[in-house]
Formats: sequence, C-alpha cells, structure tokens
Amino acid sequence: MTDDLTRRSAADLAARLDAGDVSSVDVTQAHLDRIAAVDGAVNAFLHVNADDALATARDVDARRAAGEELHPLAGVPIAVKDVVVTRGMPTTAGSRILEGWVPPYDATLVERIRAARLPILGKTNMDEFAMGSSTEHSAFGNTRNPWDLDRIPGGSGGGSAAAVAAFEAPLAIGTDTGGSIRQPGAVTGTVGVKPTYGGVSRYGLIAMASSLDQAGPVTRTVLDSALLHELVGGHDPRDSTSIREKVPALVEAARRGATGDLQGVRVGVVKELSGEGYQAGVSARFAESLDVLQGLGAEVVEVSCPHFDYALGAYYLIMPSEASSNLAKFDGMRFGLRVEPEDGPVTAERVMAATRGAGFGDEVKRRIILGTYALSAGYYDAYYGSAQKVRTLIQRDFAAAFEQVDVLVSPTAPTTAFRFGEKLDDPLAMYLNDVATIPANLAGVPGMSVPAGLSDDGLPVGFQVLAPAKADDRMYRVGAALETALETRWGGPLLDRAPALPTTELEGMSR
Amino acid sequence: MTATTVDLVDYADATRRYDPVIGIEVHVELGTVTKMFCPAEVSFGAEPNTQVTPVSLGLPGALPVVNGRAVEYAIRIGLALNCQIAESCRFARKNYFYPDVPKNFQTSQYDEPIAHDGWIDVELEDGTVFRVEIERAHMEEDAGKNTHVGGATGRIHGAEYSLVDYNRAGIPLVEIVTRPITGAGDRAPEVARAYVQTLRDIFRALDVSEARMERGNVRADVNLSLRPSPDSPLGTRTETKNVNSFRSVERAVRYEISRQAAVLDAGGAIVQETRHWHEDTGITTSGRVKSDAEDYRYFPEPDLVPVAPPREWVEEIRAALPELPVARRRRLQGEWGYADAEMRDVVNAGAIDLIEATVAAGASPAGARKWWMGELARRAKQDGVDLADLAVSPAQVAQLQSLVDAGRLNDKLARQVLEGVLAGEGDPEQVATARGLEIVSDDGALLTAIDEALAAQPDIVEKVRGGNLGPVGAIIGAVMKATRGQADAGRVRELVLERIG
Repeated sequence: MTDDLTRRSAADLAARLDAGDVSSVDVTQAHLDRIAAVDGAVNAFLHVNADDALATARDVDARRAAGEELHPLAGVPIAVKDVVVTRGMPTTAGSRILEGWVPPYDATLVERIRAARLPILGKTNMDEFAMGSSTEHSAFGNTRNPWDLDRIPGGSGGGSAAAVAAFEAPLAIGTDTGGSIRQPGAVTGTVGVKPTYGGVSRYGLIAMASSLDQAGPVTRTVLDSALLHELVGGHDPRDSTSIREKVPALVEAARRGATGDLQGVRVGVVKELSGEGYQAGVSARFAESLDVLQGLGAEVVEVSCPHFDYALGAYYLIMPSEASSNLAKFDGMRFGLRVEPEDGPVTAERVMAATRGAGFGDEVKRRIILGTYALSAGYYDAYYGSAQKVRTLIQRDFAAAFEQVDVLVSPTAPTTAFRFGEKLDDPLAMYLNDVATIPANLAGVPGMSVPAGLSDDGLPVGFQVLAPAKADDRMYRVGAALETALETRWGGPLLDRAPALPTTELEGMSR
Repeated sequence: MTATTVDLVDYADATRRYDPVIGIEVHVELGTVTKMFCPAEVSFGAEPNTQVTPVSLGLPGALPVVNGRAVEYAIRIGLALNCQIAESCRFARKNYFYPDVPKNFQTSQYDEPIAHDGWIDVELEDGTVFRVEIERAHMEEDAGKNTHVGGATGRIHGAEYSLVDYNRAGIPLVEIVTRPITGAGDRAPEVARAYVQTLRDIFRALDVSEARMERGNVRADVNLSLRPSPDSPLGTRTETKNVNSFRSVERAVRYEISRQAAVLDAGGAIVQETRHWHEDTGITTSGRVKSDAEDYRYFPEPDLVPVAPPREWVEEIRAALPELPVARRRRLQGEWGYADAEMRDVVNAGAIDLIEATVAAGASPAGARKWWMGELARRAKQDGVDLADLAVSPAQVAQLQSLVDAGRLNDKLARQVLEGVLAGEGDPEQVATARGLEIVSDDGALLTAIDEALAAQPDIVEKVRGGNLGPVGAIIGAVMKATRGQADAGRVRELVLERIG
C-alpha cells in the first residue's frame, strides 16, 4: 500500500483518521491537489468546493482533538453529483438552464453528509438532467474515462465515477434512474450502488423520473459503498416515497461477504440479460465471476424473467413522461436562466418558450417531447398506461425469481466504454447501454455493479447483483465476496491496473 | 373592452320555455396552519412571498408531503355531504404552463377523489327543501396570485409587467362538484345561492375553514345549460368562473338563463366556454373557449404515495362531526317553539347563535327573540353592523329580560337600560342602579307624589268624587311625571282611586 492518501479506501482513511495517523486537512488537501493535477484531463468536476471542504476538515480535526465523538466517516472527503442540490454551492444538473443557480437549501442526503462532517470536494459532471449514458450530454463538456481518455466514463453519473476512478475522491454520490450509477461504475472499474427505491431520500434531487430516481454511493470498494449507504440512507419525512423501516445492516453484510463464505446463497443468472448484444469480453468476465461465486459456495442457477425484454420500451415511456412534467418548472420565471424573445412581445409564455429553447439540450428536448406525447389525451392508455402494465409484469418477474433465488446477477452493461461520439447520433444505441440496469429501476429493487475484470480491449467490465426490495444487504454480501475473491486472484484492486493520468503543474493549490 | 349589446330574454319568459340545469363547483380554502404539501405557514395578509418553502416555490429537488390535517378536513367535508370516503385515492398532476403555478403543474386529485357520491339538502328562503347531489369532493392546491401592473384594467391585457405572490400557492383546497342540478325550474338561481350558502355554513360548522367569501376562502364556478324541457338531453353549458358572493351566484345564474335563452331563441348555439362574471354590471362575458378541450396530461403524481385513510379513522371523524346547520336549526326551532316565519327571520338576521346563548344564559326563547329581533336588530341596522358586533352580550340580554320578568323594569325603562349597556356603562343591573331606572314600587313614595298631585288639582278630585272617572288620567299623568316614569302606572291608579275614596 502506498502512502498516497488518495489511493486509500474510505474505510482505511476513516480508520487512520480515527487513530490520529492523519488529519482530515491532510486527506482533503491531498484530494484537492489530485483534482488540481488530473481534473484538467478528466473533467469530472463542475465545481470544486476547496475552501469550504478545508474548513470542514479543520473543524473535524479540531473536534477530534477535543475528544468529540464523530461519525466514522467524519473527515473523509466526498464528491456529489451536480443533480443534488447543495446550499451555497452552484447546482446545474449539467444544464445551461441552471447555470449560476445557487440553491437556498440542502438535499436531505447532503444534510446528512454535512451533519457527519464529510468535507464536500465539489460537484461532479453529468449528462444534462441525468439524461444519458455517456456524460456527453453535459452542457459543460465531456468527462473522460480515466482508463482511456478518448472514451466515455458512462452516464449519467460519469463525473462521480471518473472522480472516484481517478482517485480525486474516495467517495461520491450518484443517482440512478435507469443505470446512471451502475453503468458508469462498470465502465470505470468502480463500485456503484442503486439502493432500494425509497432507501435514500430523494428530497433535493433534481428529479428526472420521480418513480425511478434513486441516489446511492459511488466508491472503489463494496465496504465503502456500505458505509456511505448507511450514512445517507434511512427514512426522511420530507420524501413521501421514503421507506420507513431502518436500513439493513449493510456494513455488516459487506464484512461478512468479504470472509468469502457464500454457502447456501442461491444466485440466479437472468437468462434475458445475456447473449446477443453483449460483448464477448463482457460475457467472459461475467462467466468467470459466476465460477468464482460457485467456488465460494453459492448455488448458481439460471432464471427467466420473460418481461425484461419489454423493460427498455416501458422505461422509455415512463421516464420521459415523468421527466416532461418534472422539467416544466424550468421556465425562467423564478430561478436559473431567463431568455427573452429577440423580437415580438415579452409575454410570460414567450419568455418560457425562449428560455426552454435556449436552456435545454437536444436530449432533454427529445425526452420532453416524447413524454408530452405519451401523456397526451388519446395516447395515454396506449403509451403511459401500457408501460405501467409492463412495469407490473416486470415486478412480478422479479417476485417470482426471488422465490427461487436470493440474488439475481447479470453483466452491468453490454459493452465496455465506447469512444466519444460513437453513439451520440444514435439515441437507440445509446439507450441500449441501460438494458440490464433498467429492470431494477422499474421494479424498485436494489442493484450494485462490482468490477469483474478487464475485457479483451483492456477496459473494465461490471458485474451486476440485484436483490429484493429492502434486502440491499444481500447484494453487499455477494458483492463483497466477489470483490475479495477477484482481488485476491488479481493481486490487488482492478484500478491498480489503470494507466497513470497525465498531470498538470500544481499552481498554488498545495498547502 | 368593446361594448357589445347582448340580447336578453325576460327571465320569467325564459324559464317558461326552457328548463335550466345548473352545476356548481365550489372551492374552499382549508383553514390549516400549513400548506397542502409543505410546512409553509398560511395566514391572511402576509407580505408577498414570505410564506413559502422550496416546495411551494417549486424549486428544483423539492418534494411534496401531504398535510394530514388537510386530509382530515377533506374527510369531514365529505362525510358532512353524505359522501363515500375512498379507501385509497391518489393525487395527480395537472400539467399546464402558467407563472402562478410554480411547478407548471397543479397537484390535484383527478380520477380518484377522496370523497364521492353524496348529497345535501338545502333550504330555500320559504322553507322549501331541495336536494343537491354531490358527485365528488377532492383535494388540491391553490395557485399563486398574479398582479398585473401598468394596465388600465388590472387585467393582463395592456399591463406593463406582472408580479406573482406565491403565498397562496399550495394552500389546501377542497373542490366540491355537484351532479347536474335539475328540477329547480325558475328557482334555479335561488337553489344555486342556497346551495353555496349551505356549504359555507357547513364549512364553518365543521371548523375546516373561516369560509369568508370576501377573502376568497370560498369560490364558486357556476355551470349552466338550458334545454327545451326536462325530458330533453342536457344542453351545452357555460362555466362562469369565480362568482364569489351568494348574491352574485344568484345573479349569475339568472343572467345566464336570460342570455342563453336569447341565443337559443335566435337560433344560435351555446358555445362551451368559460365566462367571466362582472360584479359591477351583473353580466358575464366570454372567456376561454373550451371546445378544443385543453389537454392537461393528467397522470398519477409519482412523488406521493396513495392516501388510504384507515376505516377506523374515518369512523372517528364521523363520530366527532358537529351537528350540521340545517339539523341544528330544526332542533332549535322545535325547542324554542318559533313559527316557521319567525325562525327564518332569526336565521336570516344571523341571530341564531346569539339567541341560543341568550336562552342558555336563562332567558326565555320568546324574550331572547324579542330583544335580538326587535330593539337590537333596529340598533344594528341603524349602526350598519352585524348583531354579533353590538356591544352587548347574550348574558346581558338575558339579565335585562330577567329584570323585566321580575317587574323591576318596564319595557320603556328596559330600553333605557339597554341604551346604557350599549354605551358601555356595564351590566343591566349596574346601569339600572347607576341611572336610577328601577320601577318605584314603594307605596309611601308614591302616596307622597299622589297627595301632591291631588292637592294641586282639587277640581279634578271633585269630578272623580262625583262619579266621573274620566279625568283621573290627569292625576296619574302628573304622578308619573313626578316619578320620571319609574312608577307602575297600574298601581298608581289603584292608589289614586283609594285616596279619593
């Protein structure tokens, strides 16, 4: 293990902070230095919150020195996806329409992060309003994949995944509506978790599709995800869809999994999430991982979820429908961008139209138009109504599958990271990236992506674990078991094999 | 606005030849402490945009949470209107762009109202009872308030700019929708008015709203259509929006009947549209045409879970419902023994609570009515105030009446005492004592006055002694004058005759 604080896991940093071996200021500064050095190349951050992060770090150090009891993650820095509102910090959701907007309030999960005193390093890049699978739809430039700077880091949460993969942050927050945490995790060789719907408060998440959106951890290890998930999860009275029950013991489950014992665990391979369309290297790593799980004592069986074939279609009706309504509030009347029409009368309606025309990017407009159409009188039953019926069928598929097995597994994404521009002009090809992740969102069940190795092209592959709703602990156990076994086989974390990033000279960023 | 002449058919003529059908949508603002979906406080007259949260401003990321008290109030209303209460119901989004709707959708109930299929009996002024069927009562949030500045009319047309106050945005509303009200005939305007008034009374009795019409707590939209006869299918309707006083409801229905009859008489067709009500001129004018059926793209609100009021809770609310105004009126009329006309006058004068309290304080129902509907009603009218605003309490009225009943005051003195009470001089007892207004019942004092009067008018004494009782009144008058009216005239007469012998 190196002395570079940025290469350590959050759990390790937490232990060293607790032991007094390092200060939070050291840890935070090391990450700010790393951001200054590599983010010019990676572009994971839209906003770096250096002064405030260091102030929090100093405060934590002082409290620790005074013997105050602190949260286990206190002083460990974190990055937050820019779709989460942060008081006093710009929040754009990757869109011009919110450029310059500084929210007057914190999302619940940010409140919890602040209350636990994690220095917030900054806000990470994303596809505009989380609509995309490559972060190419950000209004503020591409984020690059640390494994290959010519490739996409996944999306929509490419910024959070790349920040963690590039050792710019040990922890990050992502959001996942159809795979935006898990698919970037897969293509950057990091861990990403979409909790059970309602497991983490949505209050303060700029909504894309309310019934699908879920925030969760983006980290380099399964244990770190568990630590962060337990911090931000749990009931929030400000989110009606928030689960009332306590978050299961996730850290305990991850530790248990890391012991490598999966005796009696039944693992179901989803038949519909394999085969055609899946890159050979992806399928190969997936098969190896199954062998590993079997070797740890798990019983691996194939299960069929026949309606998953219709998940993508249903998703692309439900998600745009909700988005078309959720994004109506961006109209130039109260906050964010306001554009007046160049000629003609300045009426509210025309200002709204001009603002939305100038402020939204093409993918956002595409989805608003799709959703508006799907909800229109005369089409509602055929589109939105039918999609909801498919959703019910997918939920039933999950229920039936979980009668037979404890967790379901699949490759997280059908391919490794593709090159910039490769799918930008083909929305359907882009949408297919999420084919394996979308069913979990439609059913509200939790999902995790764990690194499964490198494909033939030398790029990371993700292994997805799905569990029943409110049984997030199961995927932490299986994910941690796989992670430990694979890292033993590899002789270290997958990210150790990532190429070194070009660095820029530090300019006055060091202490 | 260009002046257009609108043909109207004489009302009596219109209702002879057409059968009016009305439908009324009443919005009531609930008197909750906070808004429908967020903890922003609600109070009348606050500085603009001070009663807001990220939720009621529609800021990115904010989420609604249903106000449990608003649900309880909606259930109260539903039960009072004899509705079924849904076992489970949802909110929906009604999508449309307008600056006073911060999210550009209104969170409302659409196809799953909390209460449905009820009825309410309304009593017309002559005592006729008319049953109105309720289709549904559903929960929704109010919009903000636009003020258009710079134009001549205060309307958006011609304004330089507009201001939006979001204090009202998110205030909980319950909308009550009737089924088509048929069979009212020429009494349709009266029924419409009585219905809205009955609802207002119910809201107050239920304590779910201040229900002040002048503050817009209760707003009515009045639908009206005409058909040739009660057997004909329903005609095309117009919806006159925001008719916000009882009198206006009645006038608007009456106006629309006359206007639509004229259109139909001329062979025209009624356009399905919303119409504006003009309080000043008493007419309606064309608003939005509804034939292109606005598409609100309703869909279930994904940010809220269904509202599923447990049956036990609904039954608890039902058990705790207060007596409703019509039932109460009937009960009190029976207890007080008032004639129908008397009771109606009492109700119309807004005296029912005052009389009830006066009776509770010990007065007889007849005595209480006599004061409140007589002297006090006259005084209130003269001062231009409500009875309840007079500076006299029911307990004081009861005390006044008890002084009369005990023979300590006669009517004339009692009115003077009341004068003192209203002037803030204290309770009737105190006023009577302070002003020295009690009846003089001490025979000794009276005899002195009588003897003086007899001595002053010996000629009259002679006449009376001679058997002519006519002039005795002059003696009595003199005594009453000497005692400043505080003597009991009957007793004085007895004593005078006794003295003369």
